[in-house]
Amino acid sequence: MQVDESTVRRIARLARIKITDEEAKSLEGELSGILNWVEQLGEVDTSSVPPMTRVVAQELKKREDRVTDGGIADAIVKNAPVVDDHYFVVPKVVE
Amino acid sequence: MSDLTRLTLAEARDGLKKKTFSATELTEAHIKAIEAANPALNVYVLPTPDHALAQAKASDARRAKGEARPLEGLPLGNKDLFCTEGIRTTACSKILDDFKPTYESTVGANLWNAGAVMLGKLNNDEFAMGSSNETSAFGPVVSPWRRKGRDDKLVPGGSSGGSSAAVAAGLCLAATATDTGGSIRQPAALTGTVGIKPTYGRCSRWGIVAFASSLDQAGPIAKTVRDAAIMLGSMAGHDPKDTTSVDAPVPDYEAALAEGVKGLRVGVPKEYRVEGMSKEIEDLWASGIAWLKAAGATIHEISLPHTKYALPAYYIVAPAEASSNLARYDGVRYGLRVPGKDVIDTYENTRAAGFGKEVRRRILIGTYVLSAGYYDAYYLKAQKVRTLIKRDFDEAWGVVDVVLTPTTPSPAFAFGEKSGDPLAMYLEDIFTVTVNMAGLPGISVPAGLSSEGTPLGLQLIGKPFDEATLFRAAQAIEDAAGRFTVEARWWARKGASAPAAASKPAPAKKAAARKKPGGK
Repeated sequence: MQVDESTVRRIARLARIKITDEEAKSLEGELSGILNWVEQLGEVDTSSVPPMTRVVAQELKKREDRVTDGGIADAIVKNAPVVDDHYFVVPKVVE
Repeated sequence: MSDLTRLTLAEARDGLKKKTFSATELTEAHIKAIEAANPALNVYVLPTPDHALAQAKASDARRAKGEARPLEGLPLGNKDLFCTEGIRTTACSKILDDFKPTYESTVGANLWNAGAVMLGKLNNDEFAMGSSNETSAFGPVVSPWRRKGRDDKLVPGGSSGGSSAAVAAGLCLAATATDTGGSIRQPAALTGTVGIKPTYGRCSRWGIVAFASSLDQAGPIAKTVRDAAIMLGSMAGHDPKDTTSVDAPVPDYEAALAEGVKGLRVGVPKEYRVEGMSKEIEDLWASGIAWLKAAGATIHEISLPHTKYALPAYYIVAPAEASSNLARYDGVRYGLRVPGKDVIDTYENTRAAGFGKEVRRRILIGTYVLSAGYYDAYYLKAQKVRTLIKRDFDEAWGVVDVVLTPTTPSPAFAFGEKSGDPLAMYLEDIFTVTVNMAGLPGISVPAGLSSEGTPLGLQLIGKPFDEATLFRAAQAIEDAAGRFTVEARWWARKGASAPAAASKPAPAKKAAARKKPGGK
């Protein structure tokens, strides 16, 4: 799969990573190289194979539906870059 | 007093029990060694000597009261992927900045509750993405090993390169590590240490910075097979906070070592004889087969036909899961924030500045393979191939108990040798990655030296939750191959190190960089 520059830009936008023109150029080659290499999986017939969902057979654990944690707002905002009281502060989102 | 940093974990445990030295003395010796070595090796990204000494003193007090626990007073290193309460945790990325978790990882808590002492946070590849420790935001780790007659800097492997180098250089008795595609076993192989990636679910992933959640597992890197068994015994166990952690008893791994390998069925997969494999790796593998046979095991050629597809499938699954796990680093709740003109611009600036090149590359690959129209062709396809890889092993377990392979295709390489080419670096994991894809346990045990005088490892792969058998087989290899340790501690800064007489290798027991008989 050949990835062109506009695809690289679209992916970078989806991933929320700003890239320079120079980076877009070099990523074009790097991503194409990696994607070409994984193409070899096409050789494997998987038409009747289910996708792996878990490596270890295990029943999904269940627990009683009750609160086991909470009341730790201070701890939750402790590492935030900008905080107001117990709120995370971000640039204005709604006009 | 002899050099305490040359002791194994088991020897140090015995010394503490016999009161030959105290936990404080043992910890002080390691702190001194770290101070002397860190400028040259860059092993610890955050030494925590005060924390360690406080723990050691408390440990001595506890022992004096007769309340010693399994790892009482034993100083360890902790990979910087493990969250440490109140102590900076970065995953060696700029994006976590000065993040100080308000909680401790479960595996870490298990170790400290067992009495262990934490010496500091160990370097690793950024977000554990790398096989040489060159992607760390703190700079690369220098291996204590050097090629014969040369002094170019070698990589300690990755991503747990701080862990492997610290153990090999005597800067902790053992260390925590994590393995998503080979990040415990490959660095162990390149540094003459023992590393085990347990079965997926054996250790809790809670409080460990996530890379690829269906592949990540924690495990130890240690000086000997016994030390690794002791470590895993304390690290493993059920944790309700990780739904994939398995609620099953943890066997006594150390006790299992005495059981030997008589009658053990060892599989040798023909697909691991890859094109261009060097003669010395082939010879090493042949030695491993001969040693296990001599110890009473039987050898069987097996086939794991989908082996060659494990690595390409991994480089779809792992980046896909990483792109989703690393979406949380947005400059809002923790870590770095680089302001922009609006909230999206802030995200984009933050993530561009905070993530290193390899991490960005993997997030982009992962985003691509998960994007609309490509999910089935890449991610779903890779997960189907993964089913086939696991089936290969399920069939093998009908005829063998463990599988023996080399750990890496080549010995340690020098800085920059592979970092320019992502695919060349990815091939480092060719023998290890299948194990993660199938969720199986795998151990790397030192088995010889390359023609360059640097360590090589053999890998044993086991049935799910059969780590005990891996330890038994690894012990047989260690008994035959001996241990491989670094003789000259060339990195120690003068004046800060232990007295010269103490750092000189004692006869036989501490001689190194050459083969010596193992076992007792």
